[in-house]
Amino acid sequence: MEYLQAFFNQYGTLLAQGTWATIVMTFVSTALAYVIGIPLGVLVVVTNPDGLHPHRIFNTVLGWIVNIGRSIPFIILLVALIPFTRWIVGTSLGVPGAIVPLVVSAAPFVARMVEQSLQEVNGGLIEAAQSFGSSTWQIVYKVYLKESLPSLIRGGAITFITIFGYSAMAGTVGGGGLGDIAIRYGYQRYQNDVMFATIIILIILVQIVQSVGTHWARRIDKRNR
Amino acid sequence: MIQLEHITKTFDHVEHGEHHEHHVLKDVSFTVEDGDTFGIIGESGAGKSTLVRCINLLEKPTSGKVIINGTDVTNYSGKQLVQLRRGIGMVFQNFNLFAQRSVLQNVTYPLEVAGEAKDAREARARKLLSMVGLSDKEKLYPSQLSGGQQQRVAIARALSTAPSIMLCDEATSALDTMTTNTILNLLKRINKELGVTIVFITHSLAVANSICNRIAVIDDGKIVEQGKTHDVFAHPQAKVTRELLDMEGKALA
Ligand SMILES: Nc1ncnc2c1ncn2[C@@H]1O[C@H](COP(=O)(O)OP(=O)(O)OP(=O)(O)O)[C@@H](O)[C@H]1O
Ligand SMILES: [Mg+2]
Repeated sequence: MEYLQAFFNQYGTLLAQGTWATIVMTFVSTALAYVIGIPLGVLVVVTNPDGLHPHRIFNTVLGWIVNIGRSIPFIILLVALIPFTRWIVGTSLGVPGAIVPLVVSAAPFVARMVEQSLQEVNGGLIEAAQSFGSSTWQIVYKVYLKESLPSLIRGGAITFITIFGYSAMAGTVGGGGLGDIAIRYGYQRYQNDVMFATIIILIILVQIVQSVGTHWARRIDKRNR
Repeated sequence: MIQLEHITKTFDHVEHGEHHEHHVLKDVSFTVEDGDTFGIIGESGAGKSTLVRCINLLEKPTSGKVIINGTDVTNYSGKQLVQLRRGIGMVFQNFNLFAQRSVLQNVTYPLEVAGEAKDAREARARKLLSMVGLSDKEKLYPSQLSGGQQQRVAIARALSTAPSIMLCDEATSALDTMTTNTILNLLKRINKELGVTIVFITHSLAVANSICNRIAVIDDGKIVEQGKTHDVFAHPQAKVTRELLDMEGKALA
C-alpha cells in the first residue's frame, strides 16, 4: 500500500498527463482518419464493377492507393513522414507530431473497414432504393451508411484500438503520451514499475473502448430483437 | 400502359479468358394495358426478373424500346429516370425492407427521397398501413414481423408515391399458401380499388391463375405465348406451358 502511495505521488501526474495525451491523440486521429476514410471507402464501393457507378480505372487506382497505404508498416511510415509532418503541423514531436502519421496510416485502414461494412448491405436493398427513385447520394447515406451503422461502429472500435496501439509506437520518436512514457522510463531508465503501470492503463482503456463499441452497436442494431 | 418493343438483353462475361455473350432476353414484345394484372410466367432462369427490371430500367435493355404511358423512356437517365421510377412501385421476393428503419420509416422512404415533408409523408404512410392492415405495427422493425406482414409493409411502401404501375417479382414465392392468398387478395384490391396496373412475375401457375387477367409465358428469353389467362390455360400452345401445367395440374384442379 505504502509503495503504491509513493508510486502515485511520484508518477501519478506524469501518468495522468500521458493517458490524457494518448486519448486525445487517438480520438483526434480516429476522427480525422474517418473524415478521409469514409469518402474513400464509399468511393471504392460506388465505383466497384457491380456498384452504383462502375468505373474500372478509378476503382483500381483507388484500390492501389489504399493497399499501398495499408502495406507500409506504421513504424516506417512514422519515420518516413517526419518531413511531411513538420511541414503540416510545424513539428514532428509531441501529440500534434504523432497525429499526422497516425491519420495517414489509419485512413486507408478505415477505408477498407468502411468498404467491408458497406459491402455487407444486402444488394436487394440497394435495388429497392433505386426502384423508388433514390439518387446515388441518397442511396449512400440513407441506405449504405444507415443500414451498416452497427457494423461501422464495431469497425470504429477496432480502428480506435489499432490507432491506440500505433500511438504508443509514436512514442518511440517522441510522440508523447503513454508510449513515450513507457520508452523513456521503462526502456531507457529501467523503471519497470512505470512501464507496468502504462500497460495496465492501456489494457483498461482498450477494454472500455471495445465494450462501449460492442454495446453501442448492439443497442442501435434493429435486426436482432 | 406499358409497351415493350423488341427488347433484347445480353450480358457479357469473361470465362477462362474467353469472352462470352449471354443472350438473356431475345426480342421480347408485349403490351400491358391500364388496369391489367399481367402475369409473366416461366421456369427458373427464363429471364423473368431481367425482363421486369427492364420496365423500370433497373436493367438497361441492350436493344429495343420501353414505352410507358406513350413515352419512350428507354434512354432516360438522371432526374427523368428518378421521376419515372416514382411512378412505378416495386415489390420483391425477399421483401427488401430496410432493417434499420421502422415499419413507418420504410413506408415513408420513397416520399422521403422525393423530398416530401415529414408530416405529409407520415400521414400518407399511415393511410397505407391501415389499408394493408398493419396500423398497429408502425413502430416495429422488419425483424419483428412475419414474412406476410413484411410483404404487406413492402406493398405499402411501393404504393407510397401513388404509382400507376406496380411490379411484383415473385412477391409470394417466399410465403406459405395461406399467406400467399392474403397477399394476392390485397394485390387484387389494390388493382380494383386504386386502379393500379400490376405486372406479376411468378413461376407458379396457380398464383398466376388466381391474380392475372392476362399472362405471357417466357422460355429461354423468348415469349412463347401470351393471352387471356383463361385461354392460355385452357388451350396451351407452347410446350413449356403444357409442361408447367402438367407439373402443377393438381394445384389448379
Ligand atoms: N447481372 C447479370 N449478369 C449476368 N447474367 C445475368 C445477370 N442477371 C441475370 N443473369 C442471367 O440471366 C438469366 C435469367 O435470369 P433471371 O434472373 O432474369 O431469371 P428468372 O426467370 O427471374 O429466374 P428465377 O425464377 O430463378 O428468378 C440467368 O441465366 C442469369 O444467370
Ligand atoms: Mg427471378
